[in-house]
Amino acid sequence: MPTKIEKDAITGTDTTGHEWDGLKELNTPLPTWWLYTFYACCVFALVWVVLYPAIPVQGWTGITGWTARGAINGEMETARARTEPMLARLRSATPEQIAANPELRAYAIAGGRAVFANNCAACHGAGGQGARGGYPSLADDEWIWGGDLGAIHRTITHGIRNHDSDEARVSMMPRFGVDGVLTRAQITDVAEQVLALGNRSTDAAMAARGAPLYAENCASCHGERGEGNTDVGAPNLSDRVWLHASDRAGIAAYIANPQMGVMPAFAQRLDPALVNMLAVYVHSLGGGR
Amino acid sequence: MSHIGTSPAAPPSLYAAHRKVHPRAVNGPVRRFKWAVLMTLLGLYYIVPWLRWDRGPGAPDQAVLVDMGHGRLYFFWIELWPQEVYFLTGILVLAAIGLFAVTSLFGRVWCGFTCPQTVWTDLFMWVERAIQGDRNARIKLDAQPMSGRKAALKGATHAAWLAIAAATGGAWIMYFNDAPTVTLDILTGDATAKVYFFFGLFALTTYVLAGFAREQVCTYMCPWPRFQAAMLDNESLVVSYRGWRGEPRGKLKAEGVGDCVDCGACVHVCPTGIDIRDGQQLECIGCGLCVDACNDVMKKLDRPQGLIAFETLANIAASEAATRGMTPCKARLDAGMAVRHVPKMIRPRTILYSAVLGAVALVMLGAFMLRDMHTLAVLRDRAPLYVTLSDGAIRNAYTLKLANKTREIEGYALVLDGLPGARLVAQSAQADAAGHPLLTTRPDGLTEWRVLVTAPSGAVLPQSMPVTFRLLDGAGRQVLSTSSVFLSPGGRP
Ligand code: SF4
Ligand code: SF4
Repeated sequence: MPTKIEKDAITGTDTTGHEWDGLKELNTPLPTWWLYTFYACCVFALVWVVLYPAIPVQGWTGITGWTARGAINGEMETARARTEPMLARLRSATPEQIAANPELRAYAIAGGRAVFANNCAACHGAGGQGARGGYPSLADDEWIWGGDLGAIHRTITHGIRNHDSDEARVSMMPRFGVDGVLTRAQITDVAEQVLALGNRSTDAAMAARGAPLYAENCASCHGERGEGNTDVGAPNLSDRVWLHASDRAGIAAYIANPQMGVMPAFAQRLDPALVNMLAVYVHSLGGGR
Repeated sequence: MSHIGTSPAAPPSLYAAHRKVHPRAVNGPVRRFKWAVLMTLLGLYYIVPWLRWDRGPGAPDQAVLVDMGHGRLYFFWIELWPQEVYFLTGILVLAAIGLFAVTSLFGRVWCGFTCPQTVWTDLFMWVERAIQGDRNARIKLDAQPMSGRKAALKGATHAAWLAIAAATGGAWIMYFNDAPTVTLDILTGDATAKVYFFFGLFALTTYVLAGFAREQVCTYMCPWPRFQAAMLDNESLVVSYRGWRGEPRGKLKAEGVGDCVDCGACVHVCPTGIDIRDGQQLECIGCGLCVDACNDVMKKLDRPQGLIAFETLANIAASEAATRGMTPCKARLDAGMAVRHVPKMIRPRTILYSAVLGAVALVMLGAFMLRDMHTLAVLRDRAPLYVTLSDGAIRNAYTLKLANKTREIEGYALVLDGLPGARLVAQSAQADAAGHPLLTTRPDGLTEWRVLVTAPSGAVLPQSMPVTFRLLDGAGRQVLSTSSVFLSPGGRP
């Protein structure tokens, strides 16, 4: 320690007495404003610790009892309170009434888009574009279970072939190959006949062999000319929209061992207002009847 | 070995401590002009938000309003949308070039007369003078220890300043809100936190900048004095001291001295506290108050006016050359004044500034006259890119957005070019007699339609096909158009 404090001539500040190769360290005090800011920060920190759960020990909640979960719940509550009047109107209206009211319709489509993205897009794709292999497109004009607002609403509400809802649609297509109803050759013939329904057959003899088999086994659901039946969820076989492979081999494979799609009953997951919004949104995608 | 402790004299400090300036009152033509400018500008600032302008029902009736919430800027008959903010940029460009032009002609008239910092500081100084007295009284008051009287005078001054500051902040807020409503809200405590924040911010900055910072803003904070010298030249009219006439300065009765009696009047009135006799300086804001002060002195002494004057540096140099070596007398004055020439207004730089100013103004005006009152934009659906319908036809979906900047409801027929036989359906829109979707716009707003375009079934289409949406008015004339593409799997019927 230096015995005598030395003053630096240029700044007029005391030196600390530390010296390295002739360089001396100045003992510059903190500026006053800085010091008081520091004290103010200390006081702030103390107050903070008392008010908020600032110490990471079990049970230290601070006297305000603030929690991040509580805060987000509060925000959600506020948001819910804000949307509730509109949701109440959407809940009590039918999808048809919503679609007919420009204000409700705009709200339902905007909200339905978000609900769709959260709940439906995983299978049906963004914008309801669907995917081959059992995920129907909701933007086209072919509907397996009906495409008017009521049918769409019912499908969303109860779902398809699930165990959740007693009113879920349950009809199934028999496994013609796996269960030995038809032989492999017969199935190929029926597949050719299915192509013929859409004017796509390339082997008239084969289709002719398949025609009576089709009439006997398939027409009851899919219709004599393959026009389908939305009551039992039997798709139209004469048009250009295919849920699964559309070539002969693919159709034959499906007849032999159908892969039936499943959809949850969304009434058990979503507020009825959201189901109504979804119905109106899906109907607006382009194929609604 | 070098020792800090034994170094020679300390170098000069880099820090200039603030000297408080106590400007004296002055009267004269420049001062009167300055009051007139001050009153006009402050009057405009405080009154303009209260002007009304009828825009019909549903639209704000404030003549000048920046409506942040709805994204509209109203200026009397003009309404700008956010995407037209470049007009504001254009006005700022014009202001900058205009500033260059004026400065090259007349020096820092912006600083001296119209800059808000100058205007509000002038107003605050007037208040200070009205309450605490003129220069000498104020210097004395500042030197006194605190007393009841001093506290009362200072308190009254600050109260008046704060009142002006509050009015300034309040008026600022009115340009962004309906003036009567927001005034009432502020007074009743019903205004939003944002309003109070900006009210407080502008009140506080006014109070601090005009009450305390004053000339330090011009000297240390403002960028403009740093580069204004680049606009000035020898032919610019600037506040100058005619040293060739005034020097050698000396007391009135002294022998062989020039016209400057060294009375200090020019220094005492200067709001930035400088001595113009030291020549052109960064601190001089060109307010011309020293011109009035010195002319006053010259009048009393019965000497010709203009020892300090708005004068070009070229004239000063010419007079100086003509009078070199002469002793102070009437002949010297005449010789110096005789060689002056009328300042050259038309110089390469003023021509350049005016040309650029004119060009930008023309471009802006043209852009404004030709601006679209309607714009049409199209967004293609990305999911799905296309939809195959049951009959094999391909359908694409688009969102059309039509901005209508007028206050009229308008209807247009939508037609599509580039895809013969295509069927167009605009959701939630009627169709006209010819089967075209009829798009009816909202007034002063953006209307959206989802449009489904279906190519005829069986058409052979390329993967991507350019198409054009066109809007036709009642007479079948095209009003707007925009293009997009029609996508399909390609190559298959
Ligand atoms: S020197 Fe004269 S013109 Fe310049 S700021 Fe001072 S009073 Fe104004
Ligand atoms: S006011 Fe005029 S006479 Fe008086 S000091 Fe200034 S320049 Fe000289």
